[in-house]
Amino acid sequence: MFNYTLRRLIFAVPVLVLISFVIFVLIDFAPNDPTGNLPLTIPAEVREKIRLGLGLDEPTHIRYLLWCKQFFINEPLNVFEQLTGWSVGDPDRLRLRSWSTHSPVVDLIAERLPQTLWVVGLSYILGICIAIPIGVMSAYRQFGWFDQIGTFIAMVGFSVPTFFTGVLMVVVFSVQLDWLPSIYDTTHEITGWSSFAFQIKQMIMPVCVLALYNAAQISRYMRASMVDNLSQDYVRTARAKGVGERRVVMVHVLRNALIPVVTVIAMGVPQVFGGAIITEQVFRVNGLGQLLISGIQSADIPLVQTLTFLFAVLIVLFNLIADLLYGLLDPRIRYA
Amino acid sequence: MRKASPLAHRSRPHHVWARFRRHKMAYLGLWFLLLVTILTLLGPMIWTLDPTTLDIAAKHQGPSLRHPMGTDQLGRDLFAAMMIGGRTSLMVGFMAMFLSLVLGTCVGMIAAVFKPLDGPLMRLTDLFLALPMLPLLLVVIMLWRDSLRTAFGPESGVFILVVCVISITSWMQTARIVRGEVLALKEREFILAAISLGAGPRHLIWQHILPNVLSPIFVSATLGFASAILTESALSFLGLGFPSDFPTWGRLLFDGTNYMTLTPARVIWPGLALSLTVLSVNYIGDGLRDAMDPRADTQ
Amino acid sequence: MTLKSTLLAAVAVATISVMAARAERGADGHLNLLYWQAPSILNPFLSGGIKDTEASSMILEPLARHDENGQLVPWLVREIPTVENGGVSADMTTITWRITPGLKWSDGTKFTADDVVFTAKYCMSPEGGCQQESKFFDVKTVDALDDLTVKVTFEKPKPYPYGPFVGHDSPILQKEQFKNCVGAAAPNCTAENFAPRGTGPFRVTDFKANDVLTLEANPFYRDPGKPGFATVTLKGGGDAAGAARAVLQTGEFDYAWNLQIDPSLLAEMAKGGKGEVITAFGAAVERMQVNLTNPDPALGPDRSTLKGGAHPFLTDPIVTKSLSMAIDRTVLAEVGYGAAGKPTCNVLPAPALYRSAANDDCLIQDIPKANQMLDDAGWLRGSDGIRSKDGVRLSILFQTSTNAVRQDTQALVKSWWTKLGIEVELKNVAPAVYFGGSQSSPDTYQKHYADIGMFTNTFTGSDPETYMKNWTCAQIPAPENNWLGFNIPRFCNADYDALADKMSQTAVLEDRAALAIAMNDMLVQNGALIPLVHRGDVSARAKNLTGVRMNSWDSELWNIADWGRAQ
Repeated sequence: MFNYTLRRLIFAVPVLVLISFVIFVLIDFAPNDPTGNLPLTIPAEVREKIRLGLGLDEPTHIRYLLWCKQFFINEPLNVFEQLTGWSVGDPDRLRLRSWSTHSPVVDLIAERLPQTLWVVGLSYILGICIAIPIGVMSAYRQFGWFDQIGTFIAMVGFSVPTFFTGVLMVVVFSVQLDWLPSIYDTTHEITGWSSFAFQIKQMIMPVCVLALYNAAQISRYMRASMVDNLSQDYVRTARAKGVGERRVVMVHVLRNALIPVVTVIAMGVPQVFGGAIITEQVFRVNGLGQLLISGIQSADIPLVQTLTFLFAVLIVLFNLIADLLYGLLDPRIRYA
Repeated sequence: MRKASPLAHRSRPHHVWARFRRHKMAYLGLWFLLLVTILTLLGPMIWTLDPTTLDIAAKHQGPSLRHPMGTDQLGRDLFAAMMIGGRTSLMVGFMAMFLSLVLGTCVGMIAAVFKPLDGPLMRLTDLFLALPMLPLLLVVIMLWRDSLRTAFGPESGVFILVVCVISITSWMQTARIVRGEVLALKEREFILAAISLGAGPRHLIWQHILPNVLSPIFVSATLGFASAILTESALSFLGLGFPSDFPTWGRLLFDGTNYMTLTPARVIWPGLALSLTVLSVNYIGDGLRDAMDPRADTQ
Repeated sequence: MTLKSTLLAAVAVATISVMAARAERGADGHLNLLYWQAPSILNPFLSGGIKDTEASSMILEPLARHDENGQLVPWLVREIPTVENGGVSADMTTITWRITPGLKWSDGTKFTADDVVFTAKYCMSPEGGCQQESKFFDVKTVDALDDLTVKVTFEKPKPYPYGPFVGHDSPILQKEQFKNCVGAAAPNCTAENFAPRGTGPFRVTDFKANDVLTLEANPFYRDPGKPGFATVTLKGGGDAAGAARAVLQTGEFDYAWNLQIDPSLLAEMAKGGKGEVITAFGAAVERMQVNLTNPDPALGPDRSTLKGGAHPFLTDPIVTKSLSMAIDRTVLAEVGYGAAGKPTCNVLPAPALYRSAANDDCLIQDIPKANQMLDDAGWLRGSDGIRSKDGVRLSILFQTSTNAVRQDTQALVKSWWTKLGIEVELKNVAPAVYFGGSQSSPDTYQKHYADIGMFTNTFTGSDPETYMKNWTCAQIPAPENNWLGFNIPRFCNADYDALADKMSQTAVLEDRAALAIAMNDMLVQNGALIPLVHRGDVSARAKNLTGVRMNSWDSELWNIADWGRAQ
């Protein structure tokens, strides 16, 4: 297992470098432009100078290597210096800067991470916590009333998109009832109980919208997998041996049934860090999703490249974790 | 040990059908889907109002005899738009779902069954998962939109593009799930037994593995169907989708969202149509899975 | 807890009512602004985006600016220099600004002519990537004659010398703060760019790029009784509909900017009674850009260029005239823009002085007459109902950017043109691509690979000279000039170029207006442009917000120092 993990990790490095290059070429090739959002009153020659100022006249591979240097060498060195207080080499080394804000990309990401983790992360955990019991219960009493209602809610939750549920919640809870704020305050600081209560209040709607969506998806996989496993021979064997029903379902079946669900959950984690673009937009949470989308719209290559690459790292990492979890859940899966 | 007898049911399709019919919800779902399909295909011939006809005097109307589902901000008839839109949405949904399912299942299956291909294929999956969707779509539009438009005309060209784009950007989840399931399945006794009896890989996959991983595939299919219909509407905003006066369910729902307090019908009908169609696809999936369950005969 | 907040509220109300009478700085408490496009940087020289220049206009100020009527008003100077008062030299090559004495930066130091000179140096430095460089075109030198006098010398006579230091997009930076940020170092000064010191009513307390900006009253602001608000939050993100909701329906915010949504929705939201929709008109016109060259893909690189030849049917004035005649501009304005749109037949609808009256017959839709004109000109309907002549079918690809209002306009126009027997295909492109000007994309507005394109354009300030120059032959985008230039219809007319040339040498305002009107008429009557709607800006304010004078010629927040809250 350890060897396998190590091998996968080492193999991940060239894969990630390749992915970063593909992403760079793709973003660079995309036809949106950093001057696209400027008012038309800014004349063409000034636009051309802005492009030159951003280094867009250099060939793609040179700009890719520059990004690599800034991302893999300069920024880690900065973090190292900040942590230890030691200075290494040239203190004025080029930082990785966003084109639209002209500020370091790493700072922007650090600024956005808290609200994304609070809102999107929490909704994901909540979604899992709802989905697994619902999936188990629906499967155990397949086609019972609980299953039917659960199925209906899950399908509505999945087929009605978040842009709709989000606006619906705002109209009901902010406009009609005036219970909850429709706009998320990212400058809010928790200093005591009342400010904590406010934080909860402003998180309720975005978290619920996302949790419903996540739960809908995961509960379907959970249910299907449980149904499959409940009819397996080993369940009958265990029951025949006189193992308690609770133990059969909760230990034997659940453990086996979790395998495909683990994949789904692991695949969702990088998306948590990717933020939820639409929900963030509806409630103005302004997390990483909003940062990415605004970066794409303004063709902010350094920002988009860095964010996308970090997602890629998470994707590779969590797929590895999923593979390792298979081994834990089902010892028969061996990694030679 | 389990008895895998897919051969039995494959040779007797009416058995599958009989078992499918016993699944009440699935049967109902099939009828509903048929009804919706017939309505979208034949409806516009009976309800001859053109969904692109404007009538500014009749904008933002609630349900009436003239407009059973009301009108939009330009006075276009929602009922006609729902039927014409359903045609496109259902087609896009099924085609994209089918393509991405086939792609995902193949990749996942090959990765799990043929060990040496596992690494490369899964890293390819990682790459696709990591690609930023928006720039990718913009590049696709730039490269292929015009040539497809000239080759197949504005509507069929865009249809091909939309279906391809949706399926090549949504197969990864299915692939990872199928691979996970198959990896676990491969170590089960009946597979080991089949291998020791000298079953070839093709026989193994078709007769033993595939029938046993159907349930996650059907779940993927349901979810994929819903998201394909919605993704299509998102594509229109990038200019990748159908022309703006071409209704689809996803687009009607998106356009209607801001008007939900003014004319609630504009979100209720597309939302309902979408949810119920997805629900029936889900039940049909359930029913098919049960009907094709290799263990069903022994129970 | 409730007791405490009630008490606090009571105290707050008491203080406000006492202080409002004395008009004391910060007496009105906190102001919440909502800009659904969030500012990404507060230095307008490094980002010309409207969201950025608007946000920084609360902090940084120019020497002079335009009020809501488009009139120049002195801001940090004693008067507007003119030839009459000797501020502008007789040969129109210099302009001398006299700064109001006693102005201070938000750190308490003195505002001097040196800062103004420095700002020019900052923006004119070749490596600085200054996005407002066009404001400084033709500037030779900027000198400080003394502490309070600045003289700008131009390389050639400038009949309209109010470019540099005028308007919210050309404010003054503090030399002390930015002296190490000139040239290539400019983008690297994050701390400075995120919190510039200004002479304006507010100063930055915290700035999260693309998210939220918090400000406090500038203690050194020149008027001790202003600004009315003590603190300001400018929140960004989301969409226009949500922003409108937050002001008009939930009342969480006091002011929301740029609410380009269906006017019937805005009206519905305004029924909430918490706020009202406000509009202001500048010179922005939503117009169709007719392609006078051939966009046929078969032409390859010569597509949509002069080299590729004339358009098969859009160069026929009868066709463009009937296209224009079939459009009901009143309906377009009502459906898409409501109070923020007026039907227009001119590319240059404002200021009033420059408005032509020669084209107003297009305001009345007349489809039968348009049909008649086409019939008479030999464009006859085929078996499919589509008109053609000599094998040329009237089939139009109509393209614009993705935007709900524009798609509605497209649908309406298509329905009218279809009645003329013209086939219309609609196409919309993501705005970041359409306006992006990327060389590799076929979908930019400059390449104009369509028969008709539609978008809005305007000009900054109140002088249209540079704007009208957009349709000279030299401005035609083509592969040779990397598709740069604003002459999207590819209109090339020697008479027009002569008029444009003449305007740049004419100083008398009335003569300039006559020239501009002649150019406007030439563009419209030759079918290069089909103007549709004179567009205003739309915002929403809370009912109890006072002092708002919405301005389309400058920042909407230009007079934020005067804003307050009614009791």
